[in-house]
Amino acid sequence: MTGPQLEESVGFDRSTIEYIQRAAATGLYEIRGLGAKRRVPNFDDLLFLAASLSRYPLEGYRERCATKTVLGTRFATRPIELAIPITVAGMSFGALSARVKDALGRAATEVGTSTTTGDGGMTAEERASSKTLIYQCLPSRYGFDPDDVRRADAIEIVIGQGAKPGGGGMLLGQKVNPRVARMRTLPEGVDQRSASRHPDWTGPDDLVIKIKELREITDWEKPIYVKVGATRVFNDVKLAVHAGADVIVVDGMQGGTAATQTVFIEHVGIPTLAALRQAVDALDDLNMRGTVQLVISGGIRSGADVAKALAMGADAVAIGQGVLMALGCNSDTYVAGGQHVSAVEDYARLGTAPGFCHHCHTGKCPVGVTTQDAALELRLDPAVGAKRLRNYFKTVNMELTTIARACGKQDVHHLEKEDLVALTVEAAAMAGVPLAGTSWIPGQPA
Amino acid sequence: MANLRPLLRRSEFDLAHDSLRDLNLYLHKQAAQDGVSQIEVKNPDGAHSIACGLDADLDVQIHGHVGYYVAGMNKHASVTVHGNAGPGAAENMMSGRVHIRGFASTAAGASAHGGLLIIDGDASLRCGISLKGADIVVGGSVGSFSAFMAQAGRIVICGDAEDALGDSLYEAVIYVRGKVRSLGADARFEPMTDADRTALKALLAQSGLAHDPAEFRRVASAKSLYHWHADADQEY
Repeated sequence: MTGPQLEESVGFDRSTIEYIQRAAATGLYEIRGLGAKRRVPNFDDLLFLAASLSRYPLEGYRERCATKTVLGTRFATRPIELAIPITVAGMSFGALSARVKDALGRAATEVGTSTTTGDGGMTAEERASSKTLIYQCLPSRYGFDPDDVRRADAIEIVIGQGAKPGGGGMLLGQKVNPRVARMRTLPEGVDQRSASRHPDWTGPDDLVIKIKELREITDWEKPIYVKVGATRVFNDVKLAVHAGADVIVVDGMQGGTAATQTVFIEHVGIPTLAALRQAVDALDDLNMRGTVQLVISGGIRSGADVAKALAMGADAVAIGQGVLMALGCNSDTYVAGGQHVSAVEDYARLGTAPGFCHHCHTGKCPVGVTTQDAALELRLDPAVGAKRLRNYFKTVNMELTTIARACGKQDVHHLEKEDLVALTVEAAAMAGVPLAGTSWIPGQPA
Repeated sequence: MANLRPLLRRSEFDLAHDSLRDLNLYLHKQAAQDGVSQIEVKNPDGAHSIACGLDADLDVQIHGHVGYYVAGMNKHASVTVHGNAGPGAAENMMSGRVHIRGFASTAAGASAHGGLLIIDGDASLRCGISLKGADIVVGGSVGSFSAFMAQAGRIVICGDAEDALGDSLYEAVIYVRGKVRSLGADARFEPMTDADRTALKALLAQSGLAHDPAEFRRVASAKSLYHWHADADQEY
């Protein structure tokens, strides 16, 4: 007797069949949160060449390894000074609760770094808890207020986001509660579609003038960041430099989102690894390394990732999804009254499970992170969240300095491309570093 | 760069000689402190960002044509341009009054949250784009995609409107007196109510215009794009 014939098609596997049949049933594309789930070349494909006979290491726990990071030195009279090169990426009030924004600010302040607003304006909570707050100027201009421009420590003009370069933001109606609606000047419960283009400028020549306006309004005090989603990075970075940016933020395709079409998340943009190399090449081409600072984001998780990003030429990183996971995103429990309470049934009600959840768009986050629901948001105590995030950043920073010391660097910003090799041909080509055990960099003359 | 020179009490700036930085720094930091409430600006010569970011009860009179972002992000102040304005006049204004005596280029009043923007002449493309609560009165006509994604506030158009007026509107209301080449997605004509006529009469009076409110039509959102649904026309 023969068994059932269960030969799955590569082209039409079960998930593809499910996608087609769901599309046929609903006529709608899938919208979800977080970032790309497909495998793309990433920082795991790089390795460090630490000190050896030809290099001299630092003692791991004794010798000083500086992490101070200064951003915005080009034109601003008040650059941003951070204790570590690890920052909190822009995430909106709306996507996250006000309690979460508060927690991010507390943790960032404790470890001496910055946090960033998002689409939806600046909350009083995050301004109060964040010593250094970067204020985003987005195409939607939801809640954009010159008083907040003056209250901010830097302004970040958002051109695009790694999860959806070329696309506007989304906030589905279930998360547009009265406060979110008021801040965004929208009706409660509306499925909000943010603009993908800025309303008052249309290209790089206009951006020069827009940046000048922001400088005039802030009396040239505050650094102006420009954030791009990673696509044509080499050209975009050059244009942003020409436009007068102090700091450029490049967000790779692994970057997260609160809600976007899956097809966008998985199929638009280029990996962070490739984006970073192109951004550094652009700065080098203009002789602007060190004058215009570079922040890289999009799937940064660990101290190893940060060390590799810095070695490739970034001045700092911004972390979004890792920050949410530190707070409890995808954890099977939340903390209430000092006790861990299971959230597994709530994940199941969303049709998912801890470790797989990307349901930020539903507003029903089982651990109270990406929600505006009055009951669910209580599942994240800002003090608990801040402690977790502080611990995470502290760990990442210790990992970073461990690697830097092993490479013989007294300052994490001294890590360099020469310290890196690649495990795969693809990563070697994208990062512009030799394939391990060879001197071969694909695409470059031997 | 920031100019740290001590600023003398001024009621007039001539941009043929004074720098834009000196002008804006004075308006931001010192005019109110000096008790100066009216400032004349001569020879703007198309400069960008004149009188942007004001946050005081000032009356700024600009004699000539201006570039981008005149009175951008204005709060409280009254700014009058005796000439034409470049793109983004009074963009993201929060309160106060901005009056363009001539014509305005693209994106006039973009994302403005409050206050009143008056344009005596025509306004170009995307007038009132992403409007968030301000009032805009245009004495002439407006270009295509005006009031695109406008969320709140009122736009009065005394002349004609080009294509896609009010595309993807939220809660903003448009009153238009002349011809409309086409409405944008989800925008529709609606009957004028007594409340509309009363509000329109007040806006026209504030702008020094004597048109009869009965000559205007109301455009508002059909609200069919407020929620995703499978049968929505994907051609918009």
